[in-house]
Amino acid sequence: MDILRAITENRIWRSVVRHGVRATNRNRVMVVMENVFLHLHSTKVRGRSMELSSTYYLGGLALTLNAILTATGLMLMLYYHPSVPQAYRDMKELQFVVSNGVFLRNMHRWAAHAMVLSVFLHLLRVFYHKAYRPPREFNWVVGVFLLLLTLLLSYTGYLLPWDQLAFWGVSVGTNMVRAMPFLGPVVRFHLLGGNIVGENALLRFYVLHCVLLPLALALGIAVHLWRVRKDGGVCGSSGLRRSGAGQPRE
Amino acid sequence: MREDDAGPDKAVTRRHFCQATGVAACALATGGGAIVSADFLRPRVLFEPATSFSVGPPDAIGVGSVLDFPEHRAFVIRLADGFRALSSVCTHLGCVTRYRPDGEFIACPCHGSRFALDGEVTSGPAPRALRWLQMALSEKGEIVVDTAGEVAQGTVFKF
Repeated sequence: MDILRAITENRIWRSVVRHGVRATNRNRVMVVMENVFLHLHSTKVRGRSMELSSTYYLGGLALTLNAILTATGLMLMLYYHPSVPQAYRDMKELQFVVSNGVFLRNMHRWAAHAMVLSVFLHLLRVFYHKAYRPPREFNWVVGVFLLLLTLLLSYTGYLLPWDQLAFWGVSVGTNMVRAMPFLGPVVRFHLLGGNIVGENALLRFYVLHCVLLPLALALGIAVHLWRVRKDGGVCGSSGLRRSGAGQPRE
Repeated sequence: MREDDAGPDKAVTRRHFCQATGVAACALATGGGAIVSADFLRPRVLFEPATSFSVGPPDAIGVGSVLDFPEHRAFVIRLADGFRALSSVCTHLGCVTRYRPDGEFIACPCHGSRFALDGEVTSGPAPRALRWLQMALSEKGEIVVDTAGEVAQGTVFKF
């Protein structure tokens, strides 16, 4: 205990963590309030909303999968060159040469599938629990954008292996974009950086997949979690029974 | 009296002038930045394969033959009435179709569209007939097909 005290009472620790270690209510609140990441969440939640049947933890599941995807994606980036034909070779190298490469790649792939599924189920859960109703209507809209970003991330990642499935999947997908009235051909040209699915398209999809869309997703998630707190916590199945539930607190 | 003539609301104060100038400068910089960025995103030079390709002298292609050039995404067909070049890009979602000699039709592997040798859709989800492509005779006496040039359906070339 002396060691613990020596760590938590020295000047450096106190400069980072202002609150003590005692398990008082005040300290518990301080832990959340003084942390830039934790403070997005409420300092207090109802016991009922922590139960499985309240939210089925689908949002948290999606967030965890997003963390897995970020970590595995960063590691895959160390062996992947977004150029033709190197991209396909790098993908094969990851599968057959790099230590644990196939494990990382499969983890990235399955987490991506699971994230699309969990975000979609999360949307269904919120819909059937009527958790989109005021005051949460703005957060519903933010959530729809997050679903869209998840799908776009999934789609841009589809091209990166540069195999036959990727090439034709993106050929078909960008032709669907072309069918959009007025803007279709222009959007397709800018998305591909040309008229065909080639080197430019691979590089643009890579930048979208690894930089632009993850940044947008991180920002969106921050707003989404912050709004959950501001709108009075999660609205689970218990919100259906009580008429007063779902009103903003704060 | 001069202050009354101008009206207290309409007078441009130094503060308002500076505010308006500042807002206008920011708007100009933002707008200019947006235009320059949009222009930057459009490549000015594309290193894509040439759209024209040679298929050899006309006499080398027998009547009734259907030549498939998957790398150029085009068919060259010679029937009794003359030559025609069809795009092999499916009009549904852009997959490359193949000629099926067993049934004398053109089929798309992605979603099952089928086309006759004049490009017309016979079955499947394709909304339009295959594009008919521009053909020309080069100085060396070879047929050159341009996949970027489209001609009206039924335009048969005689060389």
